[in-house]
Amino acid sequence: MAETDAQHAQENDLETPGDAADWKSGLVKSLMGLAASIVLTLASFWAAGTHSVWGPGLPVLLAALAIAQMGVHLVFFLHVSSGPEGTNTILALAFGVFVVALVVFGSLIIMANLDAGMVGMDGLMRMQR
Amino acid sequence: MSAATTVIAEVEIPISERGPSPRQVIVGYGFWLFLLSDIIIFSALFAAYAVLSGRTAGGPTGVQLFHRDNVLVETACLLLSSFSCAMMSLAMDLRRKAWMAVGAALTFVLGAGFLWLELTEFAGMAAHGAGPDRSAFLSAFFALVGMHGLHVSIGLCWLVSMVAQVFTLGWRPMVMRRLACFSLFWHALDIVWIGVFTIVYLGAH
Repeated sequence: MAETDAQHAQENDLETPGDAADWKSGLVKSLMGLAASIVLTLASFWAAGTHSVWGPGLPVLLAALAIAQMGVHLVFFLHVSSGPEGTNTILALAFGVFVVALVVFGSLIIMANLDAGMVGMDGLMRMQR
Repeated sequence: MSAATTVIAEVEIPISERGPSPRQVIVGYGFWLFLLSDIIIFSALFAAYAVLSGRTAGGPTGVQLFHRDNVLVETACLLLSSFSCAMMSLAMDLRRKAWMAVGAALTFVLGAGFLWLELTEFAGMAAHGAGPDRSAFLSAFFALVGMHGLHVSIGLCWLVSMVAQVFTLGWRPMVMRRLACFSLFWHALDIVWIGVFTIVYLGAH
């Protein structure tokens, strides 16, 4: 009996509208996310267009800004949290990031290696002579 | 006896002993796993682009083709649509159909504006002989950016269907779970776009 009551409470959780306090905190959170994203986006475009950033450091700066903005989106819009309810989400995210890093950096390293080991057109011509 | 049960009720139950999660948590988690697998697909396209971005085969390079102002407007469209999508979720929490419709309309218009800008850019490039068949760089570019655009167009169809469901079926738990999944999908697309504009457009050399 107690179990079915708990299940009903869980099912009903979706049907009861949130109160005004929830609504306001949600709005504030979204506004904060929007403001942070705008600042980070404009910073990225400014950094890419200006000459006041040291050239070789530019990709690192752009990567840092992009990762920061992805973090902002995850926290403020996708509501990923480090609380006990978010453990599964965080674990899945960590695994996803791991696979993404493996695919991207693995491809780059392997292809650069193959490229360096490849015999160019000039080399082929010389071998045929 | 009754005092004892009250005490037990006040103790916080550890998460491992709370029994199955509510349905919307399970559905959200399942959709989150789908999104992560989708992002892994994108990572393969990003890797292909990163490897091939220098292989222009004597054709136009990224710097010659891309217009940063255009990309900034596209980014603004997606970012604001992400915000209006969050407003739509808030309207769902409050069960306000009119606000939900306003949020959905804004999200749709901004998403459609993004797609329009992107398709105009693609058409302009193709008209100047810089289609996907020109070089390995352009093949990888159209595959990656086109895949994102395809996701956005699917998202727009889904959004129209969600508005129709809210107005015909009402605030059923099933409809609200789907709307929550749509919201996750739309925000994840924005995350992919951050990678696209940073690596493809700003990183063009």
